[in-house]
Amino acid sequence: MEGIKITKESDARGSFCPGPLMEMIRLVRSANVGDVVAVISGDEGSKKDIPAWINKARYELVGMEEAAPGGTRIICRKNH
Amino acid sequence: MKKILILGGGTGGTIVANRLAHRLRPEDASIEVVSDSPLHYYQPAQLYIPFGEEDPRKIARSERKLLNPKVHLRTETVSEWLPDKQALRTAKGETLSYDYLVIATGSVPCPEAVEGFVAGADHFYTPEAAYRLYHKLSEFEGGRLVVGVGGIPYKCPVAPLEFTLLAEAFLTHKGIRSHTEIVYTFPLNDVFQIPSVVPVVRALFERRSIRAETFFNLESVDAEKKVVKSLEGTELPFDILVMTPPHKGAPFLRGHPMADNDGWVKTDRTTLRVNGLPNVWALGDTTDLPISKAGSTAHFEAPVVVEQIEAAITRQEPPPGKATYNGHVTCFIDAGYGKATILDFDYAHPPAVNEPDEFRHLQKIAFNKLYWYLVPTAVI
Repeated sequence: MEGIKITKESDARGSFCPGPLMEMIRLVRSANVGDVVAVISGDEGSKKDIPAWINKARYELVGMEEAAPGGTRIICRKNH
Repeated sequence: MKKILILGGGTGGTIVANRLAHRLRPEDASIEVVSDSPLHYYQPAQLYIPFGEEDPRKIARSERKLLNPKVHLRTETVSEWLPDKQALRTAKGETLSYDYLVIATGSVPCPEAVEGFVAGADHFYTPEAAYRLYHKLSEFEGGRLVVGVGGIPYKCPVAPLEFTLLAEAFLTHKGIRSHTEIVYTFPLNDVFQIPSVVPVVRALFERRSIRAETFFNLESVDAEKKVVKSLEGTELPFDILVMTPPHKGAPFLRGHPMADNDGWVKTDRTTLRVNGLPNVWALGDTTDLPISKAGSTAHFEAPVVVEQIEAAITRQEPPPGKATYNGHVTCFIDAGYGKATILDFDYAHPPAVNEPDEFRHLQKIAFNKLYWYLVPTAVI
């Protein structure tokens, strides 16, 4: 995700559902409108649950990328 | 002689104290419980107060009378923990030192953490709040009842589900169910955090016409307009709003280096040792473990802590298998209409859930009555 400036990132590897999703919700709550936040999760379910929550809350899923070792970085923009 | 301090006079702290008193000789160790209340509350009974099935004056007993006479009880509030000095400070300014420390200070409901909650919402997580809700439900003549979870983690994960099902039965018996809509809200993408529990709950909700609003993370309550709002932008009008408040750890633990910002103590999932410290353990709601904050969790964790403390004092290896916690939790779900089911699970085995039946309901009612004689006293 070149060119994207992440304001806050949380490494939630080692915690399982709903830990990474709750971590994303916590980050978004504390962010300002326009901020980009990211959670690194090692839980496979997060790849589905976190984007589904971002969609429900009408925020923007900036992207998902592999974050070695054993994690996926899920990036969200708080756009409203 | 070693000094053991146990913080918290709830289920976990009381069982640890009484088990240690049985196992250790007075000349080997002194055991002291530090609690901010002289009373021991049986918190699961609070669920029944709003429906007039429990008396709020009868759900607490003297902690002193539940403790083994060899255990000293100090009624004080801890204000600071100094791990480097192996000491604690109390609100009265006293310093308490320890050789071994057990933290069982539980979780604290924090309705004031959500804008408008105190003015506009009810809950049943304290006897006083549950009694206020009893009056409100008694006078309720129908309308829209919204029940939900205001933040994860919270005490007794099945309690909001139970409240919803019990309320549906209560309103039916009262004759106002037909003109009452019931909505249940949950922060995640389904009605509960353990997937194997979801189909049974979904089926119960469908049969009883209870609507679920998922991905609902409580943002604020407008007490004047009687509307509850979520972070996701959903707004629900209500006549009565029963929300599980966000929970935090004990105030002296919030932001402590051994805990996170909300006060959940960094705890090893099998040894229950705190953040690598060799002489400090945490159990029950106090921990940051991703398991249920429930009395049964503390009940099953307590023997693990006791085995390790006894082994440390007697300088012997603990018996194989007895000094590790496997994540065991047991929870009843009271579904109303005299029926209940049970969840029993551990780290490796998710719960298999059966349809609610009369036997489990009787088992739950019996357990609620027998708790005082069997659990804090460490008989079982």
